[in-house]
Amino acid sequence: MRKALQLKRGWGQQIVFLGPCLLFFLTIVVTPFFLGFYYSSTDWNGLDLDKAVWTGAANWKRIFLNDDKFWESLLFTLRFTVVSVVAANALALLLAFLLMTTLKTKKVLRTIFFMPNVIGGILLGYIWQFIFTKGFATIGEITGISFFQLPWLGTPSTGFWGLVIVFVWQTAGYMMVIYIAALAGIPKDLIEAARIDGARAPQLFRSVYVPLIMPAITICLFLTTSNAFKMFDLNLSLTKGGPGTSTQSLAYNIYAEALINNRYGLGTAKALLFFVAVSLITVTQVWITKRKEVSA
Amino acid sequence: MDTSRYRPKNFILEIFAILLALVFLSPFYLVLSNSVKSLKEILLDAASIPAIFHWDNYSKVWDAIDFPQAFWNSLSITILSVIFIVLFSSMAAYQIVRRPSRFNSFVFLLLVSAMIIPFQSLMLQLVRVTSILELRGELYGIVACYLGFGMPLSVFLFHGFIKSVPYELEEAARVDGSNPYGVFFRIVFPLLLPIIVTVIILNTLWIWNDYLLPVLVIGGNKDLTTLPVAVTKFFGQYTKKWDLALAGLVMAILPILLFFLSLQRYIVEGVTAGSVKG
Repeated sequence: MRKALQLKRGWGQQIVFLGPCLLFFLTIVVTPFFLGFYYSSTDWNGLDLDKAVWTGAANWKRIFLNDDKFWESLLFTLRFTVVSVVAANALALLLAFLLMTTLKTKKVLRTIFFMPNVIGGILLGYIWQFIFTKGFATIGEITGISFFQLPWLGTPSTGFWGLVIVFVWQTAGYMMVIYIAALAGIPKDLIEAARIDGARAPQLFRSVYVPLIMPAITICLFLTTSNAFKMFDLNLSLTKGGPGTSTQSLAYNIYAEALINNRYGLGTAKALLFFVAVSLITVTQVWITKRKEVSA
Repeated sequence: MDTSRYRPKNFILEIFAILLALVFLSPFYLVLSNSVKSLKEILLDAASIPAIFHWDNYSKVWDAIDFPQAFWNSLSITILSVIFIVLFSSMAAYQIVRRPSRFNSFVFLLLVSAMIIPFQSLMLQLVRVTSILELRGELYGIVACYLGFGMPLSVFLFHGFIKSVPYELEEAARVDGSNPYGVFFRIVFPLLLPIIVTVIILNTLWIWNDYLLPVLVIGGNKDLTTLPVAVTKFFGQYTKKWDLALAGLVMAILPILLFFLSLQRYIVEGVTAGSVKG
Protein backbone atom coordinates (compact mmCIF):
# COMPACT_ATOMS: atom_id res chain seq x y z
CA MET A 1 0.00 0.00 0.00
CA ARG A 2 2.65 2.42 1.03
CA LYS A 3 4.83 1.47 -1.89
CA ALA A 4 1.96 1.99 -4.32
CA LEU A 5 1.39 5.44 -2.90
CA GLN A 6 5.05 6.30 -3.30
CA LEU A 7 5.06 5.12 -6.87
CA LYS A 8 1.98 7.19 -7.60
CA ARG A 9 3.57 10.21 -6.04
CA GLY A 10 6.69 9.58 -8.07
CA TRP A 11 4.65 9.65 -11.26
CA GLY A 12 2.72 12.68 -10.08
CA GLN A 13 5.93 14.54 -9.39
CA GLN A 14 7.36 13.54 -12.74
CA ILE A 15 4.31 14.94 -14.52
CA VAL A 16 4.10 18.14 -12.49
CA PHE A 17 7.80 18.98 -12.73
CA LEU A 18 8.72 17.79 -16.20
CA GLY A 19 5.30 17.94 -17.90
CA PRO A 20 5.01 21.66 -18.74
CA CYS A 21 8.57 21.85 -20.06
CA LEU A 22 8.14 18.77 -22.23
CA LEU A 23 4.73 19.89 -23.50
CA PHE A 24 6.03 23.20 -24.87
CA PHE A 25 9.35 21.82 -26.05
CA LEU A 26 7.78 18.92 -27.94
CA THR A 27 5.05 21.07 -29.52
CA ILE A 28 7.14 24.07 -30.51
CA VAL A 29 10.54 22.55 -31.30
CA VAL A 30 10.42 18.78 -31.81
CA THR A 31 7.19 18.49 -33.82
CA PRO A 32 8.14 21.18 -36.38
CA PHE A 33 11.58 19.63 -36.67
CA PHE A 34 10.21 16.24 -37.70
CA LEU A 35 7.43 17.74 -39.83
CA GLY A 36 10.29 19.33 -41.79
CA PHE A 37 11.26 15.94 -43.21
CA TYR A 38 7.76 15.58 -44.65
CA TYR A 39 7.24 19.13 -45.93
CA SER A 40 10.62 19.22 -47.61
CA SER A 41 9.28 16.70 -50.13
CA THR A 42 6.05 18.54 -50.94
CA ASP A 43 5.04 21.54 -53.01
CA TRP A 44 3.41 23.23 -50.00
CA ASN A 45 2.84 26.89 -50.83
CA GLY A 46 2.10 28.11 -47.32
CA LEU A 47 -1.45 29.12 -48.13
CA ASP A 48 -3.42 25.98 -48.97
CA LEU A 49 -2.18 24.13 -45.96
CA ASP A 50 -4.00 20.90 -46.78
CA LYS A 51 -3.32 20.78 -50.49
CA ALA A 52 0.38 20.12 -50.18
CA VAL A 53 1.23 17.38 -52.68
CA TRP A 54 4.05 14.88 -52.17
CA THR A 55 6.66 15.57 -54.85
CA GLY A 56 9.41 13.22 -53.76
CA ALA A 57 12.89 14.48 -54.49
CA ALA A 58 11.79 17.37 -56.73
CA ASN A 59 12.79 20.06 -54.21
CA TRP A 60 16.17 18.45 -53.63
CA LYS A 61 16.83 18.14 -57.34
CA ARG A 62 15.92 21.77 -57.79
CA ILE A 63 18.25 22.90 -55.02
CA PHE A 64 21.22 20.87 -56.20
CA LEU A 65 20.82 21.33 -59.96
CA ASN A 66 18.87 24.46 -60.51
CA ASP A 67 19.30 26.99 -57.74
CA ASP A 68 22.39 29.14 -58.16
CA LYS A 69 21.12 31.74 -55.72
CA PHE A 70 21.06 29.24 -52.89
CA TRP A 71 24.68 28.28 -53.47
CA GLU A 72 25.71 31.89 -53.93
CA SER A 73 24.16 32.73 -50.58
CA LEU A 74 25.92 29.73 -49.01
CA LEU A 75 29.22 31.00 -50.38
CA PHE A 76 28.46 34.52 -49.15
CA THR A 77 27.53 33.18 -45.70
CA LEU A 78 30.73 31.13 -45.46
CA ARG A 79 32.91 34.08 -46.44
CA PHE A 80 31.03 36.33 -44.04
CA THR A 81 31.38 33.81 -41.22
CA VAL A 82 35.13 33.33 -41.64
CA VAL A 83 35.92 37.05 -41.87
CA SER A 84 33.66 38.21 -39.08
CA VAL A 85 34.56 35.38 -36.67
CA VAL A 86 38.25 36.19 -36.99
CA ALA A 87 37.72 39.95 -36.76
CA ALA A 88 35.25 39.82 -33.86
CA ASN A 89 37.42 37.53 -31.76
CA ALA A 90 40.62 39.44 -32.47
CA LEU A 91 38.97 42.69 -31.41
CA ALA A 92 37.37 41.01 -28.39
CA LEU A 93 40.76 39.67 -27.24
CA LEU A 94 42.36 43.07 -27.71
CA LEU A 95 39.62 44.72 -25.66
CA ALA A 96 39.84 42.04 -22.97
CA PHE A 97 43.62 42.47 -22.59
CA LEU A 98 43.18 46.25 -22.56
CA LEU A 99 40.61 46.05 -19.78
CA MET A 100 42.76 43.63 -17.77
CA THR A 101 45.35 46.35 -17.22
CA THR A 102 44.97 48.93 -14.47
CA LEU A 103 42.71 51.58 -15.96
CA LYS A 104 40.68 54.13 -14.05
CA THR A 105 37.77 53.99 -16.47
CA LYS A 106 37.67 50.20 -16.66
CA LYS A 107 34.07 49.70 -15.56
CA VAL A 108 32.62 52.43 -17.78
CA LEU A 109 34.57 51.13 -20.76
CA ARG A 110 33.34 47.57 -20.22
CA THR A 111 29.77 48.87 -20.20
CA ILE A 112 30.31 50.87 -23.38
CA PHE A 113 31.89 48.02 -25.33
CA PHE A 114 29.08 45.70 -24.31
CA MET A 115 26.30 48.15 -25.13
CA PRO A 116 25.62 47.29 -28.82
CA ASN A 117 24.70 43.78 -27.66
CA VAL A 118 21.54 44.70 -25.85
CA ILE A 119 19.96 46.06 -29.02
CA GLY A 120 18.34 43.70 -31.46
CA GLY A 121 19.91 43.01 -34.86
CA ILE A 122 16.99 44.53 -36.71
CA LEU A 123 17.41 47.90 -34.98
CA LEU A 124 21.20 47.79 -35.30
CA GLY A 125 20.73 47.37 -39.04
CA TYR A 126 18.63 50.52 -39.21
CA ILE A 127 21.07 52.48 -37.07
CA TRP A 128 23.88 51.56 -39.43
CA GLN A 129 21.81 52.17 -42.53
CA PHE A 130 21.78 55.78 -41.38
CA ILE A 131 25.46 55.78 -40.43
CA PHE A 132 26.55 54.33 -43.77
CA THR A 133 24.37 56.49 -45.98
CA LYS A 134 24.38 59.82 -44.09
CA GLY A 135 26.91 59.69 -41.25
CA PHE A 136 29.85 58.33 -43.25
CA ALA A 137 29.11 60.67 -46.16
CA THR A 138 29.23 63.70 -43.86
CA ILE A 139 32.44 62.57 -42.16
CA GLY A 140 33.88 61.95 -45.61
CA GLU A 141 33.06 65.50 -46.69
CA ILE A 142 34.61 67.00 -43.57
CA THR A 143 37.78 64.91 -43.43
CA GLY A 144 38.23 64.01 -47.08
CA ILE A 145 39.14 60.42 -46.14
CA SER A 146 38.10 58.19 -49.03
CA PHE A 147 37.12 55.31 -46.69
CA PHE A 148 34.06 57.30 -45.62
CA GLN A 149 33.16 58.32 -49.14
CA LEU A 150 32.63 54.81 -50.48
CA PRO A 151 29.10 53.88 -51.62
CA TRP A 152 28.75 51.73 -48.52
CA LEU A 153 25.50 49.92 -49.21
CA GLY A 154 25.63 50.39 -52.97
CA THR A 155 28.06 47.70 -54.17
CA PRO A 156 28.39 43.98 -53.38
CA SER A 157 31.85 44.24 -51.83
CA THR A 158 31.20 47.32 -49.67
CA GLY A 159 27.87 45.79 -48.62
CA PHE A 160 29.76 42.70 -47.48
CA TRP A 161 32.21 44.76 -45.43
CA GLY A 162 29.37 46.89 -44.10
CA LEU A 163 27.73 43.79 -42.66
CA VAL A 164 31.07 42.64 -41.23
CA ILE A 165 31.64 46.01 -39.54
CA VAL A 166 28.22 45.99 -37.87
CA PHE A 167 28.50 42.34 -36.82
CA VAL A 168 31.93 42.90 -35.29
CA TRP A 169 30.79 46.10 -33.56
CA GLN A 170 27.89 44.19 -32.05
CA THR A 171 29.63 40.95 -31.11
CA ALA A 172 33.07 41.99 -29.88
CA GLY A 173 31.78 43.34 -26.55
CA TYR A 174 29.97 40.13 -25.69
CA MET A 175 33.02 37.98 -26.43
CA MET A 176 35.19 40.46 -24.54
CA VAL A 177 33.18 39.77 -21.37
CA ILE A 178 33.79 36.03 -21.73
CA TYR A 179 37.50 36.52 -22.41
CA ILE A 180 37.85 38.85 -19.40
CA ALA A 181 36.32 36.17 -17.17
CA ALA A 182 38.79 33.61 -18.55
CA LEU A 183 41.82 35.89 -18.21
CA ALA A 184 40.85 36.76 -14.64
CA GLY A 185 40.90 33.05 -13.82
CA ILE A 186 44.56 32.55 -14.76
CA PRO A 187 46.74 32.14 -11.65
CA LYS A 188 49.04 35.15 -11.24
CA ASP A 189 52.08 33.07 -10.25
CA LEU A 190 52.01 31.29 -13.61
CA ILE A 191 52.47 34.60 -15.41
CA GLU A 192 55.17 35.62 -12.92
CA ALA A 193 57.02 32.38 -13.48
CA ALA A 194 56.93 32.77 -17.25
CA ARG A 195 58.19 36.35 -16.88
CA ILE A 196 61.07 35.29 -14.69
CA ASP A 197 61.94 32.63 -17.24
CA GLY A 198 62.31 35.49 -19.69
CA ALA A 199 59.13 35.22 -21.77
CA ARG A 200 58.31 38.43 -23.60
CA ALA A 201 54.85 39.68 -24.56
CA PRO A 202 54.34 37.75 -27.84
CA GLN A 203 55.65 34.52 -26.35
CA LEU A 204 53.67 35.06 -23.17
CA PHE A 205 50.55 35.49 -25.28
CA ARG A 206 51.15 32.46 -27.48
CA SER A 207 52.49 29.99 -24.95
CA VAL A 208 50.77 30.99 -21.70
CA TYR A 209 47.61 33.01 -22.21
CA VAL A 210 46.16 31.30 -25.28
CA PRO A 211 46.47 27.70 -24.03
CA LEU A 212 45.03 28.68 -20.65
CA ILE A 213 41.99 30.49 -22.04
CA MET A 214 41.32 27.80 -24.65
CA PRO A 215 37.93 26.87 -23.12
CA ALA A 216 36.81 30.48 -23.54
CA ILE A 217 38.12 30.49 -27.10
CA THR A 218 36.07 27.36 -27.81
CA ILE A 219 32.93 29.03 -26.48
CA CYS A 220 33.50 32.34 -28.24
CA LEU A 221 34.27 30.70 -31.56
CA PHE A 222 31.19 28.53 -31.21
CA LEU A 223 28.95 31.50 -30.43
CA THR A 224 30.34 33.78 -33.13
CA THR A 225 30.40 31.03 -35.76
CA SER A 226 26.82 29.98 -35.21
CA ASN A 227 25.60 33.59 -34.95
CA ALA A 228 27.41 34.68 -38.10
CA PHE A 229 26.24 31.64 -40.02
CA LYS A 230 22.64 32.23 -38.94
CA MET A 231 22.69 35.98 -39.59
CA PHE A 232 19.21 37.16 -40.52
CA ASP A 233 17.90 40.27 -38.72
CA LEU A 234 20.92 42.38 -39.59
CA ASN A 235 20.78 41.24 -43.19
CA LEU A 236 17.10 42.09 -43.47
CA SER A 237 17.34 45.60 -42.09
CA LEU A 238 20.76 46.71 -43.34
CA THR A 239 21.08 45.56 -46.95
CA LYS A 240 17.93 43.50 -47.63
CA GLY A 241 20.37 41.14 -49.35
CA GLY A 242 21.22 43.80 -51.91
CA PRO A 243 22.36 45.23 -54.18
CA GLY A 244 20.57 42.51 -56.15
CA THR A 245 21.03 39.35 -54.10
CA SER A 246 24.77 39.85 -53.64
CA THR A 247 24.68 40.06 -49.82
CA GLN A 248 21.91 37.56 -49.23
CA SER A 249 22.66 35.30 -46.28
CA LEU A 250 21.52 31.69 -46.22
CA ALA A 251 18.91 32.38 -43.55
CA TYR A 252 17.55 35.28 -45.58
CA ASN A 253 17.43 33.12 -48.71
CA ILE A 254 15.24 30.57 -46.92
CA TYR A 255 12.99 33.34 -45.61
CA ALA A 256 12.65 34.92 -49.06
CA GLU A 257 11.96 31.58 -50.74
CA ALA A 258 9.07 30.84 -48.44
CA LEU A 259 7.55 34.18 -47.56
CA ILE A 260 8.18 36.14 -50.74
CA ASN A 261 8.06 33.40 -53.42
CA ASN A 262 5.52 31.34 -51.45
CA ARG A 263 7.48 28.14 -51.88
CA TYR A 264 7.25 26.75 -48.37
CA GLY A 265 8.08 23.19 -49.41
CA LEU A 266 11.28 24.26 -51.12
CA GLY A 267 12.04 26.59 -48.22
CA THR A 268 11.70 23.68 -45.78
CA ALA A 269 14.11 21.58 -47.82
CA LYS A 270 16.63 24.42 -47.76
CA ALA A 271 16.06 24.84 -44.02
CA LEU A 272 16.89 21.17 -43.51
CA LEU A 273 20.15 21.56 -45.43
CA PHE A 274 20.81 24.70 -43.40
CA PHE A 275 20.45 22.71 -40.18
CA VAL A 276 22.91 20.09 -41.44
CA ALA A 277 25.41 22.79 -42.42
CA VAL A 278 25.16 24.62 -39.08
CA SER A 279 25.62 21.39 -37.12
CA LEU A 280 28.57 20.22 -39.22
CA ILE A 281 30.40 23.53 -38.98
CA THR A 282 29.88 24.15 -35.27
CA VAL A 283 30.49 20.57 -34.17
CA THR A 284 33.73 20.42 -36.20
CA GLN A 285 34.88 23.73 -34.77
CA VAL A 286 34.15 22.70 -31.18
CA TRP A 287 35.86 19.35 -31.76
CA ILE A 288 39.01 21.02 -33.10
CA THR A 289 39.34 23.68 -30.40
CA LYS A 290 38.41 21.25 -27.60
CA ARG A 291 41.46 19.14 -28.45
CA LYS A 292 43.65 22.16 -27.82
CA GLU A 293 42.36 22.73 -24.30
CA VAL A 294 44.75 22.20 -21.41
CA SER A 295 44.30 22.61 -17.69
CA ALA A 296 46.42 24.88 -15.53
CA MET B 1 50.67 43.44 -18.42
CA ASP B 2 50.96 44.99 -14.98
CA THR B 3 47.80 44.77 -12.96
CA SER B 4 49.04 46.37 -9.77
CA ARG B 5 50.23 49.95 -10.29
CA TYR B 6 49.21 52.88 -12.43
CA ARG B 7 52.16 53.91 -14.58
CA PRO B 8 52.69 56.19 -17.58
CA LYS B 9 52.21 53.12 -19.78
CA ASN B 10 48.78 52.61 -18.27
CA PHE B 11 47.90 56.23 -18.98
CA ILE B 12 48.70 55.78 -22.67
CA LEU B 13 46.67 52.57 -22.77
CA GLU B 14 43.81 54.37 -21.06
CA ILE B 15 43.77 57.14 -23.69
CA PHE B 16 43.79 54.49 -26.42
CA ALA B 17 40.93 52.59 -24.77
CA ILE B 18 38.85 55.75 -24.36
CA LEU B 19 39.35 56.66 -28.03
CA LEU B 20 38.22 53.18 -28.99
CA ALA B 21 35.17 53.56 -26.77
CA LEU B 22 34.30 56.84 -28.47
CA VAL B 23 34.44 55.11 -31.85
CA PHE B 24 32.13 52.44 -30.41
CA LEU B 25 29.73 55.09 -29.17
CA SER B 26 29.70 57.30 -32.25
CA PRO B 27 26.79 55.50 -33.98
CA PHE B 28 24.65 56.14 -30.90
CA TYR B 29 25.64 59.81 -30.90
CA LEU B 30 24.80 60.22 -34.59
CA VAL B 31 21.39 58.60 -34.20
CA LEU B 32 20.55 60.51 -31.03
CA SER B 33 21.64 63.95 -32.23
CA ASN B 34 19.98 63.63 -35.63
CA SER B 35 16.73 62.39 -34.14
CA VAL B 36 16.01 65.92 -32.91
CA LYS B 37 16.98 67.73 -36.12
CA SER B 38 14.81 68.80 -39.01
CA LEU B 39 15.19 66.71 -42.16
CA LYS B 40 16.88 69.62 -43.92
CA GLU B 41 19.50 69.92 -41.21
CA ILE B 42 20.20 66.16 -41.30
CA LEU B 43 20.76 66.26 -45.03
CA LEU B 44 23.01 69.32 -44.79
CA ASP B 45 25.23 68.13 -41.96
CA ALA B 46 24.69 64.87 -40.09
CA ALA B 47 27.66 65.40 -37.78
CA SER B 48 26.78 68.78 -36.26
CA ILE B 49 25.12 69.36 -32.92
CA PRO B 50 21.44 70.20 -33.51
CA ALA B 51 20.77 73.96 -33.79
CA ILE B 52 17.16 73.71 -32.68
CA PHE B 53 15.76 70.70 -30.88
CA HIS B 54 12.77 69.37 -32.83
CA TRP B 55 11.08 67.35 -30.15
CA ASP B 56 8.00 67.14 -32.34
CA ASN B 57 9.77 64.35 -34.30
CA TYR B 58 9.13 62.21 -31.26
CA SER B 59 5.50 63.17 -30.74
CA LYS B 60 4.76 62.44 -34.40
CA VAL B 61 6.31 58.97 -34.20
CA TRP B 62 4.70 58.32 -30.82
CA ASP B 63 1.30 58.48 -32.50
CA ALA B 64 2.30 56.93 -35.83
CA ILE B 65 3.55 53.64 -34.35
CA ASP B 66 1.16 53.78 -31.38
CA PHE B 67 4.11 53.58 -29.05
CA PRO B 68 2.21 52.92 -25.79
CA GLN B 69 0.43 49.93 -27.36
CA ALA B 70 3.57 48.46 -28.98
CA PHE B 71 5.57 48.99 -25.79
CA TRP B 72 2.87 47.34 -23.69
CA ASN B 73 2.70 44.38 -26.11
CA SER B 74 6.47 43.83 -25.98
CA LEU B 75 6.45 44.20 -22.22
CA SER B 76 3.63 41.76 -21.54
CA ILE B 77 4.92 39.14 -23.99
CA THR B 78 8.43 39.36 -22.52
CA ILE B 79 7.35 39.29 -18.86
CA LEU B 80 4.86 36.44 -19.25
CA SER B 81 7.31 34.33 -21.26
CA VAL B 82 10.18 34.90 -18.85
CA ILE B 83 8.11 34.08 -15.76
CA PHE B 84 6.97 30.75 -17.18
CA ILE B 85 10.38 29.89 -18.62
CA VAL B 86 11.94 30.38 -15.18
CA LEU B 87 9.25 28.35 -13.46
CA PHE B 88 8.97 25.42 -15.88
CA SER B 89 12.65 25.05 -16.73
CA SER B 90 13.79 25.16 -13.09
CA MET B 91 11.21 22.49 -12.21
CA ALA B 92 12.25 20.31 -15.12
CA ALA B 93 15.94 20.67 -14.34
CA TYR B 94 15.30 19.82 -10.69
CA GLN B 95 13.47 16.65 -11.64
CA ILE B 96 16.20 15.66 -14.10
CA VAL B 97 18.99 16.17 -11.55
CA ARG B 98 17.28 14.58 -8.55
CA ARG B 99 15.65 11.66 -10.36
CA PRO B 100 18.17 10.66 -12.99
CA SER B 101 16.14 7.86 -14.59
CA ARG B 102 16.98 6.72 -18.09
CA PHE B 103 13.99 8.62 -19.46
CA ASN B 104 14.97 11.84 -17.72
CA SER B 105 18.56 11.63 -18.97
CA PHE B 106 17.19 11.14 -22.47
CA VAL B 107 14.99 14.23 -22.11
CA PHE B 108 18.01 16.22 -21.01
CA LEU B 109 20.05 15.00 -23.96
CA LEU B 110 17.19 15.90 -26.30
CA LEU B 111 16.94 19.43 -24.88
CA VAL B 112 20.66 20.04 -25.10
CA SER B 113 21.02 18.79 -28.65
CA ALA B 114 18.06 20.93 -29.76
CA MET B 115 20.20 23.97 -29.01
CA ILE B 116 22.03 23.51 -32.33
CA ILE B 117 18.84 23.73 -34.43
CA PRO B 118 18.68 27.16 -36.06
CA PHE B 119 15.33 28.94 -35.84
CA GLN B 120 15.10 29.14 -39.64
CA SER B 121 15.03 25.35 -39.83
CA LEU B 122 11.83 25.24 -37.81
CA MET B 123 10.01 28.42 -38.65
CA LEU B 124 7.99 27.32 -41.68
CA GLN B 125 6.69 24.15 -40.06
CA LEU B 126 6.04 26.15 -36.90
CA VAL B 127 3.67 28.36 -38.88
CA ARG B 128 1.74 25.18 -39.71
CA VAL B 129 1.79 23.83 -36.16
CA THR B 130 0.69 27.12 -34.64
CA SER B 131 -2.23 27.49 -37.01
CA ILE B 132 -3.44 23.94 -36.39
CA LEU B 133 -3.32 24.53 -32.64
CA GLU B 134 -4.94 27.96 -33.08
CA LEU B 135 -2.03 29.70 -31.42
CA ARG B 136 -1.58 32.27 -34.18
CA GLY B 137 -2.48 35.88 -33.48
CA GLU B 138 -2.96 35.18 -29.78
CA LEU B 139 -0.99 36.35 -26.78
CA TYR B 140 -0.87 32.86 -25.28
CA GLY B 141 0.26 31.55 -28.66
CA ILE B 142 3.38 33.65 -28.90
CA VAL B 143 4.14 33.06 -25.23
CA ALA B 144 3.85 29.31 -25.84
CA CYS B 145 6.41 29.63 -28.66
CA TYR B 146 8.87 31.50 -26.47
CA LEU B 147 8.43 28.82 -23.81
CA GLY B 148 9.33 26.12 -26.31
CA PHE B 149 12.38 27.91 -27.66
CA GLY B 150 13.51 29.22 -24.28
CA MET B 151 13.41 25.85 -22.56
CA PRO B 152 16.66 24.16 -23.76
CA LEU B 153 19.21 26.76 -22.66
CA SER B 154 17.32 27.56 -19.44
CA VAL B 155 17.02 23.91 -18.39
CA PHE B 156 20.70 23.49 -19.18
CA LEU B 157 21.69 26.45 -16.99
CA PHE B 158 19.49 25.31 -14.08
CA HIS B 159 20.76 21.75 -14.46
CA GLY B 160 24.36 22.83 -13.98
CA PHE B 161 23.48 24.95 -10.97
CA ILE B 162 21.19 22.47 -9.17
CA LYS B 163 23.94 19.84 -9.23
CA SER B 164 25.90 22.09 -6.86
CA VAL B 165 23.01 22.58 -4.41
CA PRO B 166 23.65 20.38 -1.34
CA TYR B 167 21.15 17.53 -1.07
CA GLU B 168 21.30 17.49 2.76
CA LEU B 169 19.06 20.56 2.97
CA GLU B 170 16.33 18.77 1.06
CA GLU B 171 16.67 15.63 3.17
CA ALA B 172 16.33 17.69 6.33
CA ALA B 173 13.18 19.34 5.02
CA ARG B 174 11.75 15.95 4.04
CA VAL B 175 12.47 14.52 7.47
CA ASP B 176 10.60 17.49 8.91
CA GLY B 177 7.58 16.35 6.91
CA SER B 178 7.62 18.54 3.85
CA ASN B 179 6.29 17.06 0.59
CA PRO B 180 8.38 17.18 -2.63
CA TYR B 181 6.58 20.29 -3.89
CA GLY B 182 7.21 22.13 -0.63
CA VAL B 183 10.86 21.09 -0.75
CA PHE B 184 11.26 22.53 -4.22
CA PHE B 185 9.37 25.77 -3.83
CA ARG B 186 10.38 26.64 -0.27
CA ILE B 187 13.93 25.29 -0.09
CA VAL B 188 15.44 24.77 -3.53
CA PHE B 189 13.87 27.56 -5.61
CA PRO B 190 15.07 30.42 -3.36
CA LEU B 191 18.60 28.93 -3.47
CA LEU B 192 18.59 29.19 -7.26
CA LEU B 193 18.42 33.01 -7.22
CA PRO B 194 21.81 33.68 -8.88
CA ILE B 195 21.05 31.44 -11.85
CA ILE B 196 17.44 32.70 -11.98
CA VAL B 197 18.82 36.21 -12.54
CA THR B 198 20.97 34.88 -15.39
CA VAL B 199 18.06 33.05 -16.98
CA ILE B 200 15.84 36.13 -16.70
CA ILE B 201 18.45 38.40 -18.29
CA LEU B 202 19.40 36.14 -21.19
CA ASN B 203 15.76 35.45 -22.06
CA THR B 204 14.65 39.07 -21.67
CA LEU B 205 17.30 40.39 -24.06
CA TRP B 206 16.44 37.78 -26.65
CA ILE B 207 12.64 37.94 -26.43
CA TRP B 208 12.44 41.73 -26.26
CA ASN B 209 14.57 42.10 -29.41
CA ASP B 210 13.09 39.22 -31.39
CA TYR B 211 11.66 40.07 -34.77
CA LEU B 212 10.98 36.97 -36.86
CA LEU B 213 8.89 34.93 -34.42
CA PRO B 214 6.36 37.73 -33.75
CA VAL B 215 6.10 38.35 -37.51
CA LEU B 216 5.33 34.68 -38.16
CA VAL B 217 3.15 33.89 -35.16
CA ILE B 218 1.34 37.17 -34.46
CA GLY B 219 1.01 37.89 -38.15
CA GLY B 220 -1.85 40.20 -38.98
CA ASN B 221 -3.11 40.84 -35.45
CA LYS B 222 -2.31 44.56 -35.03
CA ASP B 223 -3.32 44.60 -31.36
CA LEU B 224 -0.28 42.47 -30.53
CA THR B 225 2.42 44.16 -32.66
CA THR B 226 5.70 44.28 -30.74
CA LEU B 227 8.09 47.22 -30.69
CA PRO B 228 10.68 45.83 -33.16
CA VAL B 229 7.92 44.87 -35.61
CA ALA B 230 6.20 48.28 -35.30
CA VAL B 231 9.48 50.13 -35.88
CA THR B 232 10.35 47.95 -38.87
CA LYS B 233 7.00 48.68 -40.50
CA PHE B 234 7.39 52.36 -39.76
CA PHE B 235 10.95 52.42 -41.06
CA GLY B 236 9.84 50.80 -44.29
CA GLN B 237 7.37 53.63 -44.91
CA TYR B 238 9.72 56.47 -43.95
CA THR B 239 13.02 55.36 -45.49
CA LYS B 240 13.98 58.80 -46.72
CA LYS B 241 12.36 60.74 -43.88
CA TRP B 242 15.31 60.34 -41.56
CA ASP B 243 14.03 62.79 -38.93
CA LEU B 244 11.03 60.63 -38.10
CA ALA B 245 12.76 57.32 -38.75
CA LEU B 246 15.55 58.15 -36.30
CA ALA B 247 13.17 59.34 -33.60
CA GLY B 248 11.35 56.02 -33.96
CA LEU B 249 14.65 54.15 -33.64
CA VAL B 250 15.60 55.99 -30.46
CA MET B 251 12.21 55.23 -28.94
CA ALA B 252 12.61 51.55 -29.72
CA ILE B 253 16.14 51.37 -28.35
CA LEU B 254 15.68 53.40 -25.19
CA PRO B 255 13.67 50.92 -23.07
CA ILE B 256 16.12 48.03 -23.45
CA LEU B 257 19.11 50.37 -23.10
CA LEU B 258 17.75 51.69 -19.79
CA PHE B 259 17.12 48.11 -18.66
CA PHE B 260 20.75 47.34 -19.45
CA LEU B 261 22.25 50.43 -17.84
CA SER B 262 20.30 49.98 -14.61
CA LEU B 263 21.17 46.28 -14.31
CA GLN B 264 24.47 46.21 -16.18
CA ARG B 265 26.47 44.58 -13.39
CA TYR B 266 24.09 41.63 -13.26
CA ILE B 267 23.81 41.47 -17.02
CA VAL B 268 27.55 41.18 -17.54
CA GLU B 269 27.77 38.57 -14.79
CA GLY B 270 24.78 36.75 -16.24
CA VAL B 271 26.31 36.66 -19.69
CA THR B 272 29.53 35.27 -18.26
CA ALA B 273 27.71 32.59 -16.29
CA GLY B 274 25.50 31.73 -19.26
CA SER B 275 28.36 31.35 -21.69
CA VAL B 276 30.74 29.41 -19.50
CA LYS B 277 28.06 26.82 -18.90
CA GLY B 278 26.59 27.02 -22.41
